[in-house]
Amino acid sequence: MTSSPDTWTVAGRTFSSRLIVGTGKYASYEQNAAAAEAAGAEIVTVAVRRVNLTDPNQPMLVDHVKPDRFTFLPNTAGCFTGEDAVRTLRLAREAGGWDLVKLEVLSDTAHLYPDMLETLRALDLLTKDGFQVMVYCTDDVVMAKRLEDAGAAAVMPAAAPIGSGLGIQNRVNIGLIVEQAKVPVLVDAGVGTPSDATLAMELGCDAVLMNTAIAGARDPILMAGAMKHAVMAGRQGYLAGRMPRRMYASASSPLSGLI
Amino acid sequence: MRIQLNGEDRDVAATTILALVEELGLDVRKVAVERNLEIVPKSLHADTPVTEGDRIEVVQFVGGG
Repeated sequence: MTSSPDTWTVAGRTFSSRLIVGTGKYASYEQNAAAAEAAGAEIVTVAVRRVNLTDPNQPMLVDHVKPDRFTFLPNTAGCFTGEDAVRTLRLAREAGGWDLVKLEVLSDTAHLYPDMLETLRALDLLTKDGFQVMVYCTDDVVMAKRLEDAGAAAVMPAAAPIGSGLGIQNRVNIGLIVEQAKVPVLVDAGVGTPSDATLAMELGCDAVLMNTAIAGARDPILMAGAMKHAVMAGRQGYLAGRMPRRMYASASSPLSGLI
Repeated sequence: MRIQLNGEDRDVAATTILALVEELGLDVRKVAVERNLEIVPKSLHADTPVTEGDRIEVVQFVGGG
């Protein structure tokens, strides 16, 4: 019996790594690149911003985290309307030719939860413009289905507020979203520890997206390696199928033949 | 010529987008340009004029989550 490699596919692109890492909040782009390598990441999220006109020689992300090494997933962080998101991603597409993008339309800067009505509207605009859209969303089972029906390439529910590191707040919702989805499901935002990432994968998520959990660790490169293993452990645990939960004890050693 | 560049008023000598990117000391391969809310594809940088009062955005990829 041959075993096929355990890959996942989004918008026709197939990946082996189930850990997507952000590129924000690192001490330097060098550290960022080293962490992405240690994480075994194949996809990195990136943001689009105005160039610094006063110092055109300052370090650039693409000189360190290289687009020929990683699949860039441009985001719409900081966008509050569908029009902002479309404008930002059209610029991203011009900058690098990417049509696989991450949509996030935020509501309130205090919690950074997405405005789902505006997100759904932006998804429609982007899909009509030819983008393949991975959508940051709330962990709302009904809304996840709406996004999928509207053409989302993947749904990416938040485990907890962006950058909070609080871990999966509602594992029932994440599990239900996984169960109903026919597109990849990724936990995006809120992971704090390797065990949070493992839990996301044990729930059946296709991948996990994180930034601050690695960038905000005391040793980001060590944490990146830990997250890589955590995601793999969770995935294998999911594939292996966990033992049934029982109310009472069940002895592991035989009760017969005692001396 | 006075234009609005990345949200700030600025005097520039360039009369095309390509010349503007070069005047700013930027690598054309690493930036994207929008002129009056329209994307200017790299293939059209040399042929797209910069005119008085244009609102031009020059962006790049930066770290983000």
